[in-house]
Amino acid sequence: MDKFKKINSTAVPIPIEEVDTDQIIPARFLKATTRDGFGDNLFRDWRYNSDDSPKEDFILNNPTYSGTILVAGKNFGCGSSREHAAWALYDYGFKVVVSSFFADIFRGNALNNGLLPVQVSEAFLHDIFTAIENAPQAEFVVDLEAQTFTIAATGQSTSFEIDPYKKMCLINGYDDIDYLLSLEDEIKAYEAQRA
Amino acid sequence: MSKTLFDKIWDAHVVAQVEGGTEVLYIDQQFIHEVTSPQAFAGLEKRGIQVARPQQTVATADHNVPTKNQHLPINEELSRFQVNKLAENCEKFGVDYYGLGHHHNGIVHVIGPELGITQPGMTIVCGDSHTSTHGAFGTIAFGIGTSQVEQVLATQCLLQKRPKRMRITVDGKLSKGVLAKDIILYIISKLTASGGTGYFVEYAGSAIRELSMEGRMTICNMSIEMGARGGLIAPDEKTFEYVKGRKFAPKGEAFDQKKAYWETLFTDEDAVFDKEFNFPAEDIEPMVTYGTNPGMGIKITGNIPKMEDVDNPTTFAKSLEYMGLKAGEQLLGKSIDYVFIGSCTNSRIEDLRLVADYVRGKKKAEHVNAMIVPGSQQVMAQVQEEGLDQIFREAGFDFREPGCSACLGMNEDKVPKGKYCVSTSNRNFEGRQGPGARTILASPLVAAATAIEGRIVDVREALN
Ligand code: SF4
Repeated sequence: MDKFKKINSTAVPIPIEEVDTDQIIPARFLKATTRDGFGDNLFRDWRYNSDDSPKEDFILNNPTYSGTILVAGKNFGCGSSREHAAWALYDYGFKVVVSSFFADIFRGNALNNGLLPVQVSEAFLHDIFTAIENAPQAEFVVDLEAQTFTIAATGQSTSFEIDPYKKMCLINGYDDIDYLLSLEDEIKAYEAQRA
Repeated sequence: MSKTLFDKIWDAHVVAQVEGGTEVLYIDQQFIHEVTSPQAFAGLEKRGIQVARPQQTVATADHNVPTKNQHLPINEELSRFQVNKLAENCEKFGVDYYGLGHHHNGIVHVIGPELGITQPGMTIVCGDSHTSTHGAFGTIAFGIGTSQVEQVLATQCLLQKRPKRMRITVDGKLSKGVLAKDIILYIISKLTASGGTGYFVEYAGSAIRELSMEGRMTICNMSIEMGARGGLIAPDEKTFEYVKGRKFAPKGEAFDQKKAYWETLFTDEDAVFDKEFNFPAEDIEPMVTYGTNPGMGIKITGNIPKMEDVDNPTTFAKSLEYMGLKAGEQLLGKSIDYVFIGSCTNSRIEDLRLVADYVRGKKKAEHVNAMIVPGSQQVMAQVQEEGLDQIFREAGFDFREPGCSACLGMNEDKVPKGKYCVSTSNRNFEGRQGPGARTILASPLVAAATAIEGRIVDVREALN
């Protein structure tokens, strides 16, 4: 996993609630056996017509909006456990997703892939959308070390929560599996005690 | 100290604590399938490590398989490749694999219980969000991502934060024509698609107790649709009876010993939940969904909410536009093009018996395309043994071979753009059953009645 660094970027707004993982990456694109290339089909059915031509009114097809931060409505990532959703977002180029609420499995999957879910209050989320509406080039600063998300233009800032262990993993680019593998003796002891 | 059922099982599986409240949780059983496992095996290969406990993982091919001519090689190249990859990985890593046509093959959440692999008190995971189904046996079962599939393959453990506890109690007697599916659609419509996020749910109350194991599985299956990590029901005699004698269930003395432990798995009287809900069974009617998440459900005789009555008008309007429906209108009487009876929510033998009972001697409406996909080879064999397939065919239904099928539309079984499908599956997301498909979730009984009438009818009237 890549190390997570401080981010200074514009953002892409999707002010829709309940964005489920079937929208992020539809099932028919889950036939791959590697982790690569899912970004091409990110938001496939919102992004492309059935003849594969881009849908002009979808935000990812609008050159005015870009950046490594995605801002979306409440309950982002609900539905299927497919980690492909996190892979698709990351592969497309997003490093951070901001919402007022994340589905549990998606949150875990994102963290396991270096994609940072930043949960903010409804009110702050609204302010972010407004800032982008006023200026599509508005910049935002994501400081994982300090656990803050800042609207650069106004200096308005909020702190966000992250599990200390997960924070350490992101900053250092560690995977859970490295840690779990180091626990071999504990796991064996547990099994022995249960048997 | 008093404990909830959930905490009793969780505590028994904690291997170690990590700073900040994360725990290392031991996983008794993992299920894998072709779609969310290849990258996990690739990860093991990259690290040059083995599957730690191969006998604690079982594999099946279900998500991406055709439901016709399963004896032939899979036509679609990518699907064939993915399924073959799973077979190859299982062979290489020593994991039991129930491939297409194997008499144990089927949808992962159908085969676990029917083979007796799923047992009370276990921790069970699978790279599929509906793993919560197994909670019906009093297990902690939840869906995980592929990185976690890899972790469990490599170590039989997962890093987890203990979720909060919620109890949903449904007391009373269900009216005629109201099924487990209606209970859970009703609960989700009350709690919304995110109301359970951060929680693990225990379902309790006399209406839940009364349900068969199949019905309990339907309830637990959809826990994820309100955002909950999982749902579980305390095991009882019904549970033990169901498990007893199944292929991989403990036998003889071993069974009695296990049973003695299973009998301790219940929530202590004064255990505390972080959140509690109570619903009277009498309030529940047959349900249908009108929108694009499972929380958007109404009573079959009800109306879609009015624009001014919803919290999030933008999302609501987008949803209705997709569905081609109007705020305030009724679904009753609506003409339907497709009926899909299947998925890990409602494809067990009990569901199919119920459908057969209803459609016996009737004919589906001319314009409806009606498909029944059994949950497993075992269910299919049972259907054939009881002659139900004959009844289905005579009623004009297409009876297929097992798999996830139109539940997620990864294979050819898709609903065309703009068409309405009454489906016994669990998700009505945009495009879930195919690009542009419009899904209305309902019970197997409502689905059967819809197929016969060609439109949505109050199944209670049809029953009388
Ligand atoms: S039937 Fe549907 S919900 Fe169930 S495991 Fe298959 S795809 Fe998932």
